[in-house]
Amino acid sequence: MKQQIIDSKANPSSTGEADDCLFEYLHAELVNYVLSRSSNTAEGEEELSRLEYMGFSVGYRIIERLTREWSRFKDELDMIKFICTDFWSSLYHKQIDNLRTNHHGVYVLQDNAFRLLDKVGTSNSKQYLKESPRLLAFTCGLLRGSLANLGIISTVTAETTTLPSCKFHVQVQKI
Amino acid sequence: MSRTGTKLDAKKVNSELFTLTYGSIVAQLLQDYENVEDVNKQLERMGYNIGIRLIEDFLARTGSGRCYDFKDTAEKIQSGFKIFLGITPSITNWSPAGDEFSLCFETNPLTEFVELPDNYSNLKYCNMLPGVLRGACEMVQMEIACWFVQDQLKNDNLTELRVKFVKRLEDAIPAGED
Repeated sequence: MKQQIIDSKANPSSTGEADDCLFEYLHAELVNYVLSRSSNTAEGEEELSRLEYMGFSVGYRIIERLTREWSRFKDELDMIKFICTDFWSSLYHKQIDNLRTNHHGVYVLQDNAFRLLDKVGTSNSKQYLKESPRLLAFTCGLLRGSLANLGIISTVTAETTTLPSCKFHVQVQKI
Repeated sequence: MSRTGTKLDAKKVNSELFTLTYGSIVAQLLQDYENVEDVNKQLERMGYNIGIRLIEDFLARTGSGRCYDFKDTAEKIQSGFKIFLGITPSITNWSPAGDEFSLCFETNPLTEFVELPDNYSNLKYCNMLPGVLRGACEMVQMEIACWFVQDQLKNDNLTELRVKFVKRLEDAIPAGED
């Protein structure tokens, strides 16, 4: 019922290639831009689907490059594990802290210190809680896109109760 | 539980994530605006917003102080590219007055995996870079102009970014004076 991921990797030193903070700045601009172009829905919720879609297109492409030299995944759980460990730590410098599944296509990925939220709120800060979905929409899309290219059609939603931790709910659609 | 196979290289993945995300922004902008000029402008503006924040990272990491002259500035910009993009552009083509120079890139991480379709010949794909430079320099009281004169995406041999010193901004501009 429950998978705990313990293994953690050392942070590689930061030389060469694009620096990490660039992605964070770029992501912030992306969020700004999308928000400035979109109107709120009737319920006063922000229109984030375009952010999600952009994440999807990035995820779809990046996973193809990353898994080029990997052996075939055994099953769905194996793919999700790959996302939680190698994929996540490459993108966000840490693994998913907790993975739960009901073995019927629902996975909950919990990150206790999600990188894009990390500098927004310290523990138990409620100040920016309302705005946090903006910072998660892109990553939801990224997950959905990556899984889509691995052959898993899903919906991904995110939930935060206390910053900077968040949960991503992956619901696999059975065909 | 770890798999056998090549481990992912975090730096490389991050770099690709950055490149692809940048690509998705350009694609989205092209969808949103009919006019390619507007896309160029919007990219520059986003770059500016990044630049005014990135300069803080740069100063904090390098601990560098004020520039003695524009040559000094050029070298600092060069080292900024090394730190943030992992590339070292060469500084060439100084104007006689010493207020203009070019940064030449042989490789550009932003344009990895990119080909421009023929109908977008006016698109300045990397136009965020001039914006970043302009924003960053403005925060250290220096107004510069910055534009592309050569672009590898347009079949030039290298990408050349021209930087021109415009003027020194006076210290102590009151907040909100823009």
